[in-house]
Amino acid sequence: MPAVALWQVRAVHDLSLTGLAVVAGVLVVATAVGLWHRRRDGRITAAGPTAGASAALAGLGVTTGAPVLVQFSSAVCAPCQATRRVLERVGRTVDGVRLLEVDAERHLAAARALDVWRTPTVLLVDGDGRIARRVSGVPDAAELTAAVRELTTGMPR
Amino acid sequence: MLIDPRAPRFAAAITTGVLAVALLGGGTPLLIVQAVVFAITAANPRLGPYGLLYRLILAPRLTPPTELEPAAPVRFAQVVGLIFIGVALVGQFAGVPVLALAATGAALAAAFLNAAFDLCLGCLGYLALRRLLGRPLAARVPAGS
Repeated sequence: MPAVALWQVRAVHDLSLTGLAVVAGVLVVATAVGLWHRRRDGRITAAGPTAGASAALAGLGVTTGAPVLVQFSSAVCAPCQATRRVLERVGRTVDGVRLLEVDAERHLAAARALDVWRTPTVLLVDGDGRIARRVSGVPDAAELTAAVRELTTGMPR
Repeated sequence: MLIDPRAPRFAAAITTGVLAVALLGGGTPLLIVQAVVFAITAANPRLGPYGLLYRLILAPRLTPPTELEPAAPVRFAQVVGLIFIGVALVGQFAGVPVLALAATGAALAAAFLNAAFDLCLGCLGYLALRRLLGRPLAARVPAGS
């Protein structure tokens, strides 16, 4: 089929004409995205009020009385394992904090209600059942420990 | 299935190079090769050609991995790559080079972010996709976690 071969050759030629610009553009933009993501990833931030959060948390089995670290995970998430280990470390370091890991895929409604868009996401829920802070990506163990201590010292006992 | 986390990153680096060369003029044949590599790796990450290269050439010269990671994220990324390259090939064969350029560029971006920044595509995209698509897969496919 010579006609097919002809436009195929032309298409490849078109690619090579603009290919360099595409490669350069993609690498520049992707580097910017990567650097931006690296700065945000794992950073503990203040959580804004989320409507329906307490109902969603209760639905996941979060009880009040003590701070809870709620980790949203999924099977396709490599850093979820590392995040789990960080949480376990924090759990051993700080007395009274509880850990809860949630399969985000099985709890899509909760993920929606709690504004979780990616895994791993960890919610720091205080003893009153309010989301005090949140972090997406693998948190630093020391930073997370400090943030959890803040929650426990803020409680009456 | 557990894998050395450095293997998929090495594979992503090779993929980045292959896709860049494809864009610079390698064209359709290289895209087809990459599509086959994506398909094999998605089916079984242990048989992935770039992963085999890593195990044969690099792994013996490196220290053993301190920890292994699950293969599911890697497979997800390969499927996403396969879809991108599939779209690119459709663009090529349908005579829509813009589509081929855009799809190959997107695959290049994903591979580069994976290789250079260890960015986990499944972490960022999968839940967002599931949220947008609605019902959990688990509700349809009764399977263990």
